[in-house]
Amino acid sequence: MAETRARVSHYLLLWLLLAPALLWLFGLIVMPHLDLALLSFRERVGPGEYAFGLAQYRTFFGEPLYWDVFVRTALISLVATALTLLLAFPIAWTIAKLTRGRLSALLFAVCLIPFWVSETVRTLGWMILLRETGVLPGLLVTLGLTEAPIEMLYHDATILVGLVYTSLLFMVVPLYGSLESLDDSLIEAAYDLGGNGLTVLRTVVIPHALPGITAGCIVVFMLTLGNYLTASLLGGKNSLWFTEQIYTQFITRFNWEQGAAFGFLLLALSSAMVWLGLRLSGQRFSDVMSRT
Amino acid sequence: MNSRLVNSRLVGTIRRRVIAVTGLAALLSMSLAATPAAAQASGTLRIITWADYVPADVAAQFTKETGIKVEVALSNNEEMISKLRATRGAGFDLAQPSQDRIAGPQQEFGIYKPIDLAKVRTERIQPDLLATVRRNATVGGKLYALPYVWGAEGLVVNTKRTKINDYLDLCRPDLKGRTSVRLRRPTLMAFAFAMGKDPFALYGNRPAYTALMEQVGAKLISCKANFRFFFDNRDQLLNGMRSGELHAAMMWDSGGWRLNRENPDIQFIAPKSGALGWLDTYALPARGKNEAAAYAWINFTLRPDIAARIAKSIGNFSAAKDADKLTDPVLRAQFAASFPDGFKSVRWYPAIPPGLEEIEGRILDRVKAAQ
Repeated sequence: MAETRARVSHYLLLWLLLAPALLWLFGLIVMPHLDLALLSFRERVGPGEYAFGLAQYRTFFGEPLYWDVFVRTALISLVATALTLLLAFPIAWTIAKLTRGRLSALLFAVCLIPFWVSETVRTLGWMILLRETGVLPGLLVTLGLTEAPIEMLYHDATILVGLVYTSLLFMVVPLYGSLESLDDSLIEAAYDLGGNGLTVLRTVVIPHALPGITAGCIVVFMLTLGNYLTASLLGGKNSLWFTEQIYTQFITRFNWEQGAAFGFLLLALSSAMVWLGLRLSGQRFSDVMSRT
Repeated sequence: MNSRLVNSRLVGTIRRRVIAVTGLAALLSMSLAATPAAAQASGTLRIITWADYVPADVAAQFTKETGIKVEVALSNNEEMISKLRATRGAGFDLAQPSQDRIAGPQQEFGIYKPIDLAKVRTERIQPDLLATVRRNATVGGKLYALPYVWGAEGLVVNTKRTKINDYLDLCRPDLKGRTSVRLRRPTLMAFAFAMGKDPFALYGNRPAYTALMEQVGAKLISCKANFRFFFDNRDQLLNGMRSGELHAAMMWDSGGWRLNRENPDIQFIAPKSGALGWLDTYALPARGKNEAAAYAWINFTLRPDIAARIAKSIGNFSAAKDADKLTDPVLRAQFAASFPDGFKSVRWYPAIPPGLEEIEGRILDRVKAAQ
């Protein structure tokens, strides 16, 4: 009897502790999404009159433009994720394995410092550096490398630079976690057994770090896919980012129905990509999430 | 990661959230209790408007004379409408959209309430501007807006670098990468007029309007290499012109005149096919709380001395009578240089029927997507 009561109170406590998080989840994520789902299946028939219909999704598949932007956003996000991984791996390795104590903390701080200012300021910083009358083109002219200043803004490459810079930290942290837990003696043993740098990396380091790599890639991919500011400011007249389309539909076109449908398509895309990434890397969602 | 650390952190987060939720609830009940008292001409006036439309010194004088505090949120036409739509007209006591953007959104979303003319000193408003707004912002026999500030959109040009006289000149091969426009509806209208068409006459004829917009879209796509970027806000364009990265652009008068004050080589000109006249208004959001304060502000800002100060801050012209006599002489000279025949050639926007912006939106998306 006493045992059941203790059990009940244990569960009660658990639910009580979970209640704020559940409220949060339900009130701020599930509810608005249900509302958006309903909205996306509406079509306008007259002023202030709406009917159920699939017109919004038909527009998406019927107008090649939206489809192109959708695919483009996904591809650039994938490239940005891959670049971030390539760049973050040596950094995480240096912090986790090659440095100790103070120096390693300092390196972490260096990665973190850019995040002390807001994303807008960071992006504007890039604009000051890269615009035609900006710092970098001016420097190239002074050094005699180019004759006239070149415009470095408004290219796809500029968007990539901005996206990689913005997401670097979110890759370094999970990578650091998984690399730090790798016992140094395993690496030494691999070398003793005749492995070279490449085989050690391939057979010992990467398999051990895979949950961290997957976790970092998922976070960075989601962040870039949903990024609005970097793509629209650095991309200029050709930026064409899908979140920008969603914003435009909601705010400048007053077409909430279309915007809601786009939002759901983006959600479907990111879920599909995460599922695919987990399948390909052979990881389990729960393992990966415990690393982030 | 250490699981005990995770647990204690989780508990910490939960605790913080509980505190936040309790705090929110307390705030909510406080604000609910405070609502009835705010209806008098006191308390706070919340305005959603454009940059410079509520100069700080004018707001301070208003607070001193009436005791009403002024809170300003900066925005643009589309955002004003979207924000008011999201709350069904709550959150602000006064909004200032353009006169052609009143009737459509009002019919569609019902975000404004009618103006009670008995509470407004209408004799202080220029009669012809009031008549324009009456024509365009009346829905179901009720008037939903009053004129505030007006001006025109045309071309800014750096005369040291190039010479242009109509919108289509922005597409000239020698200006490749040196011009800019906004990817918004005024650009579509301007290019349609420059191509010798009258889009306003086709507002009521959807198929013909769609066909015209498709032509304009094709023109803009063929011109895209000339646009360095599509500008989203005033400062982006001003900086482009100041730095010399841009040689010419489509812009509204106040921005052009501001550049002209800094650098006389940059001029604002009325294009050959006609500048496009805009008129921004006072409108009352449907669920605004402090209507009395909104009327007090309207009457205050229509006073000639105040209106002249506002006009100077914006760099445009007030709809209040006699304010032009007090207008800054520099501005008057600039106006005379930009519009040699006065405002006769200016085309005023008629009210936009609901649904047109969807057609325009698709065209604008195509222009943006074109390579």
